[in-house]
Amino acid sequence: MTTNPEQRGLHDMGGDPDHRWSGPVPRGEHVLAPWEKEVDAIRTILGRKGLQTADELRLGIERLPGEDYARLSYYERWFRSIVYTMELKGILRPGQLAAKLAELKARGA
Amino acid sequence: MSARFRPGDAVRVTAERPAISVGRPHIRTPHYVRGQRGTVAEVMGPFRNPEGLAAGEDGLPKQVLYRVRFPQPQLWRGYAGPAGDTLEVEIYEHWLEPAHA
Repeated sequence: MTTNPEQRGLHDMGGDPDHRWSGPVPRGEHVLAPWEKEVDAIRTILGRKGLQTADELRLGIERLPGEDYARLSYYERWFRSIVYTMELKGILRPGQLAAKLAELKARGA
Repeated sequence: MSARFRPGDAVRVTAERPAISVGRPHIRTPHYVRGQRGTVAEVMGPFRNPEGLAAGEDGLPKQVLYRVRFPQPQLWRGYAGPAGDTLEVEIYEHWLEPAHA
């Protein structure tokens, strides 16, 4: 068992009851919010267009800062990974998304 | 491409990230089977290497993927289930080396 991040990703916590993020597994069904379905749809389109493989999605999640990984929900992690990959590939400029969100907010959208 | 191992072969999962791993770290081999000895249960065939795909590369050369079977009591300290329980994990060939009895 290793804790070197080059050897063990922060997601690799399976079977480790002493892991700092270990806890009970929720057994209930997950009701998805509309935005979560949208994130899923965007990821599917990016995959089909060859802009983000499932493996790139994984890496983008695994490279989240640890405190974000622990705090964010499943599809929040997906969304962060999508933005990470798009910025890495120059499809989104850094800050472009935040600027657009601020613009929409100012418009009252 | 030919598979290095066959069903029934004894294999050991490398403890450290293999030298021929590609890309930035995207590691699918769980920590709890590193360095563990298991048996090849099934040869799944060659697939593009996810370590390279994750880094935006083409994932070539392809790596043969195996399902490797481990005895549960060997993996977990104080395993409380039946002694004959096994766990199967999908592992790529570059993470495996031959194990001798």
